[in-house]
Amino acid sequence: MHILGIESSCDETGVALYDTSRGLLAHRLHTQARMHATYGGVVPELASRDHVRRLPALVREVMSEGARDWTELDVVAYTAGPGLAGALLVGASFAESLALALDRPTLPVHHLEGHLLSPLLAEPRPEFPFLALLVSGGHTQLMAVRAVGDYRLLGETIDDAAGEAFDKTAKLLGLGYPGGPALAALAEQGDPARFALPRPLLHAPTLDFSFSGLKTAVALKVGAPDWRAEYAADLAASFQQAVVEVLVAKTMAAVRATGLPRVVVAGGVGANRRLREALAEAGAEQGFAVFYPDVALCTDNGAMIAFAAALRLEAGARVKWDRRIEVHPRWALEGLRQG
Amino acid sequence: MSLPRETSAITLSLSDENAMAALAARLAPCLAPGWVVHLVGPLGAGKTTFVRAILRALGHTGPVKSPTYGLVELYPVSGLNLYHFDFYRFATPEEFYAAGLEEYFDGTGVCLVEWPEKAAALAPGADLTITIEPRPDGSREVRLTASTPRARQCLNRLAAP
Repeated sequence: MHILGIESSCDETGVALYDTSRGLLAHRLHTQARMHATYGGVVPELASRDHVRRLPALVREVMSEGARDWTELDVVAYTAGPGLAGALLVGASFAESLALALDRPTLPVHHLEGHLLSPLLAEPRPEFPFLALLVSGGHTQLMAVRAVGDYRLLGETIDDAAGEAFDKTAKLLGLGYPGGPALAALAEQGDPARFALPRPLLHAPTLDFSFSGLKTAVALKVGAPDWRAEYAADLAASFQQAVVEVLVAKTMAAVRATGLPRVVVAGGVGANRRLREALAEAGAEQGFAVFYPDVALCTDNGAMIAFAAALRLEAGARVKWDRRIEVHPRWALEGLRQG
Repeated sequence: MSLPRETSAITLSLSDENAMAALAARLAPCLAPGWVVHLVGPLGAGKTTFVRAILRALGHTGPVKSPTYGLVELYPVSGLNLYHFDFYRFATPEEFYAAGLEEYFDGTGVCLVEWPEKAAALAPGADLTITIEPRPDGSREVRLTASTPRARQCLNRLAAP
């Protein structure tokens, strides 16, 4: 079965073609460079309405790279939420229209379910059940995943996402925005013990996170009269250490609370080297294995949507033929059941 | 009969988050459909914290996450549709239109906007602008500036003993 996956919940436009017997055939992600080449000039990065212009070309590219004819498509899957209403509407309208034209059904997919299941596309593939740590620019959550469609939220950020804290702290240190990866690179040269920064909610009884105060603490250090530019690497390292410590401590607490033997990390922050090292150490100490998606699939993408649709169908989910354009800008993953 | 003197700006010194919450609680009853509030201040100033305090004062008990990633979060609370915006990620003011956000400013909801300056002149004008300036000791200087008659009335009530 061939499933086309369409993702347009925020900035990225992602399209992929997944074959349930052969795996991922092709996937494409809009990049700023590609837009410049295709249309010329500077195109706003956040342009929800530009999803409209990106989608037809991306779908054509994916079908051509996957060497599949339109008649071979079986299902069109799309991100129905959560996300920016305007951006979601573009992907959903496009997917429903394409399916109508091809006389095929659709399957709306939850964006975070795509992220949670994306590590199952990689090798080695984790078995259910597992604990998922979803850490990106938009989300920071711990989730117990028992099976496809069986998700229980254990804890989440009450303010900023971890990736957002990285990006904004990078900006405070003059590294531009979004500069999370640049901050991590600078941190490599710094002393993580140089600055005492808070570990918000570290000892709280819940599995919730809070990173907003950490950003404020960095802003105070940078704004202090005795601040000097050469402290930046040490502050970056101290900041990264604080975030990693909290993420790892909460993950360990969640493993203890649930007894889950596997931890799956999804989202862009999962690419952070220090986080990976610290999780590996914690796993060795506490006896859990850690899994990651392919680096190319850490950010928002269409492959995870097509793949999540494939797993849902395998688990008994039904496609829809009603041509209704389904979007849920705010949509809780919990309570999502097969249907 | 003497008319009360119009108050168009108030500056306060707030020592901590509790003081900020107290101010938010006094401001919250002013908000009505169509209100636009701008929140201005550097990263880490406490803009989202202030919005959270307003939402708490209106009875919202759930989390109030940073809207930076999603650009807008909706809170139906106290009979209002309160939209919490963050334009921080705009690289150019035109992205305000590109993201399709102008439709939210149709006079039916309350719009609280962080980083309105990122949308420059395209950002719908504010009734009230809240400027938060952090001081090195961790306290905040908060300036409230009213730009419309209803916002001036609100500040009048705030300034009344």
